[in-house]
Amino acid sequence: MKIIIVGCGKIGLSIIRQLVIEKHDITVIDKSQEVINDVTNNYDVMGIVGNGASYSVQKDADVDKTDLLIAVTGSDEINLLCCLFAKKAGNCNTIARVRDPLYSKEIQYIKDELGLSMIINPEYASAVEISRLLRFPSADKIDTFAKGRVELLNLVITEESPFVDKTLIEVSKRVLSDILICTVERGDDIFIPNGAFILRAGDKITIVASAVNSREFFTKVGYDTHQVKDTMIIGGGRMTYYLAEILIKMGIRVKIVEVDREKCEDLSETLPKATIINGDATNQEILIEEGIKGCDSFVSLTGIDETNIFLSLFAKTKTEGKVITKIDRISFDDIISTFSLGSLIYPDKIAADYIVSYVRAMQNSIGSNVETLIKLNGGRVEALEFKIHKGSPIIGIPLMQLSLKRDILIGCINHRGTIIIPKGQSVIEEGDTVIVVTTKSGLSDIKDILE
Amino acid sequence: MNIAVILFTLGRVIAIESAFMVLPGIVSLIYKESNWWTYFAVALVGMLAGLLVSFKKPKNMQFFAKEGFASVGLAWFLISLTGALPPFLSREIPNYIDAVFEMSSGFTTTGATILTDVEAMSHATLFWRSFSHWIGGMGIVVFLLAVMPMVGGVNMHLLRAESPGPVVGKLVPKMKDSSQILYFIYIVLTLIQIISLKLMGMSFFEAVCTSCATAGTGGFGIYNSSIADFSTLIKWNVTIFMILYGVNFNVYFLILARKFKSIFKIEEVRTYFIVIAVAIGIITVNIFKMYDSFGNALTDAAFQVASIITTTGFATTDFNLWPSLSKTVLILIMICGACAGSTGGGLKVSRVLIVIKAVRQEINSFIHPRSVKAVGMDDRTVDKAVVKSVCVYFILFALIYFGSVFIVSIDKYDMVTNFTAVLATMNNIGPGLEAVGPTGNFAGFNYLSKIVFIFDMLAGRLELYPILLLFIPPMWKKH
Repeated sequence: MKIIIVGCGKIGLSIIRQLVIEKHDITVIDKSQEVINDVTNNYDVMGIVGNGASYSVQKDADVDKTDLLIAVTGSDEINLLCCLFAKKAGNCNTIARVRDPLYSKEIQYIKDELGLSMIINPEYASAVEISRLLRFPSADKIDTFAKGRVELLNLVITEESPFVDKTLIEVSKRVLSDILICTVERGDDIFIPNGAFILRAGDKITIVASAVNSREFFTKVGYDTHQVKDTMIIGGGRMTYYLAEILIKMGIRVKIVEVDREKCEDLSETLPKATIINGDATNQEILIEEGIKGCDSFVSLTGIDETNIFLSLFAKTKTEGKVITKIDRISFDDIISTFSLGSLIYPDKIAADYIVSYVRAMQNSIGSNVETLIKLNGGRVEALEFKIHKGSPIIGIPLMQLSLKRDILIGCINHRGTIIIPKGQSVIEEGDTVIVVTTKSGLSDIKDILE
Repeated sequence: MNIAVILFTLGRVIAIESAFMVLPGIVSLIYKESNWWTYFAVALVGMLAGLLVSFKKPKNMQFFAKEGFASVGLAWFLISLTGALPPFLSREIPNYIDAVFEMSSGFTTTGATILTDVEAMSHATLFWRSFSHWIGGMGIVVFLLAVMPMVGGVNMHLLRAESPGPVVGKLVPKMKDSSQILYFIYIVLTLIQIISLKLMGMSFFEAVCTSCATAGTGGFGIYNSSIADFSTLIKWNVTIFMILYGVNFNVYFLILARKFKSIFKIEEVRTYFIVIAVAIGIITVNIFKMYDSFGNALTDAAFQVASIITTTGFATTDFNLWPSLSKTVLILIMICGACAGSTGGGLKVSRVLIVIKAVRQEINSFIHPRSVKAVGMDDRTVDKAVVKSVCVYFILFALIYFGSVFIVSIDKYDMVTNFTAVLATMNNIGPGLEAVGPTGNFAGFNYLSKIVFIFDMLAGRLELYPILLLFIPPMWKKH
């Protein structure tokens, strides 16, 4: 597909990185010559220096032959303008990043009136992700498929876990829940395990299950499955606002610590039900005074990564509750993940993943069949949801008779709303959606899983 | 420096060159010549060696600008060294340094020769010389990228190191598509010329060799008299094609994409045609007295101007005998060269334009010390970094030029010969003036001078840096 990306910041780069691997024709527009030099040196894309909202620049980028324009500059207004022009000039699909809470209330109206295909708000998307984690604090990360009916959950096998040194067959006999362990991360290696795989303490596993069964599974193995009762959020930015709004609706008590007086006053107006504390969270005493020890959960959302890391490390020593850390800079993710910071949230990565999954879904209409794409284990594993169309070569054949490629696992079958965790005898039918977990990148059709 | 990935690239380049070498082998079979085995043997060994080295992808694919420069610089040395083997093994060129000179002159599209009698060569070797122009014209690494693209940044770093011009860009987002479009244009133009030359009365072999040498703006002739003995029609055909190959290939892409308006906006191409017209005008008037008709004077003037500005180096007359005004004009357009992004060499019209504009701006700043003015081209501002790099390029060019002239002057020739010989090799033209003029050759120079010329030809074709950086020790430090 031909794609134009306007704005080459962190989100832009994350999108480019992924879309280049998937072999799209990408043209990048950015105002800065330096940024363009950098990106064209490192990726197989074409760069144009200029204002992406200008018609002549878009014309240079061949907007009339483009399938999709993604506007992710720092300014909401420019992004919307880019999309507006592209829609008129090229009649292509458009995605804009819009992050101002003021617009976010009107997002549906803007989207419809301007004819945008998608509006992405990284802060809001991250807030939704955090709220999911707080609803189910035992998991490190939760992704959903099939409109929320299927969940992918990450958790760590602790020393005390009854699964240590057991094979997967023994595990499934023991829990008797309809769940499937689809990936195991051990040290630097990632496995797509089979039944004889033996779990060890410290393994990070991903399970796939229906929403109900995952709760059951967690209860059986002795994890807490209740949502948190209260939370302490550090930093009073946009993400905090979105998150607090969602959490309050869920009935979770919210306490926000923010250093800036004015911001506190703003928040107190927009979030009357939240407790707003005006104070410097890097002062340990304030956190202790405000009851960090008794908190069910702790979320650090300040604008500085280093502060968030320190706060979370400190929180980990004070509370048994769930700790969530927001990190803006993606480049050191491999190092940061070695700290014990609880769950990590990368807003830009989340936004990029949303967009990439949209691109894949768009390609749907031009040959690919991916409905949803989710990246796991730092992008090294992909879980893809495929829609099975008529005439697909896997229809009607029991799974045990299909010759799948290595490192591919069929995680789940959604048969008209019924979630089936596949067994060897399971059969895929037309109209089903199937979730495939793999360490390979770039699958675009269910056929690709066959040898 | 990531040696593994460089070896990997080199292996692929050698494999491709060896594949090309099969063609002259076939030519020699057709003409039943005894030296066929040299081409097939070198091709076979080269192919095996190349595939062996590049069989396994290195684990560490880290590839930065310096790896790009080193790969391309070494690749060009290597293809010259291996390309020289067949004529050397068959004893057609008995000295290896001479053979390397001849082949690097071929691949760099220079067209300078050490052969005193071209017509004594076998058909296979004549074809290989001309065909090497064709390979070198568009670039063997660009060809590599068209057939076997690499991942991510590797592409861009390689392209930048091999392609001529101050700013190197792609035509379309994907490198593979971009290189394929370039080669498509290149092949189509070559075929058109072959067919038209054939129709104008050349034999098929002559047409192919002449077309290949024109396409790469190389200039190896297959006769001692170059193009002089062919008909006027053929001379004009070659003149026009030389000028076409000296145009930035973006123009042809824009024609393919039907963006005719944008073509006229390209300042470089406009200037290129103006310079050609002015040079032809001056020389025609200047040499008119020596000819019996205006037509003949114009034909020779146009041919020589086209041949020199595009750095091809074909000749239809001995311009050594021209008045010094005409010779001076030729030397000026020798320095200028063709457009960036063409197959021609030289400093490139766009560089000259940028430098002239930068100089004008600098002078202007004495009159209006507080004036702020950007250097613009094609209605766009030229990045300050580009202006600076162009100026540095001029200085570096001059340094290498005078250094080379100094070493060559140890040899026995006069000043004009030395100065124009270095210019003719560095700008990939071929003939210079006096002893190295259109009727002369480079055979008489000693080996030291020849090695300097080989270096200059490669440095000139790859725009100095890739070759120069090979000799700088910190380049080779490990990451």
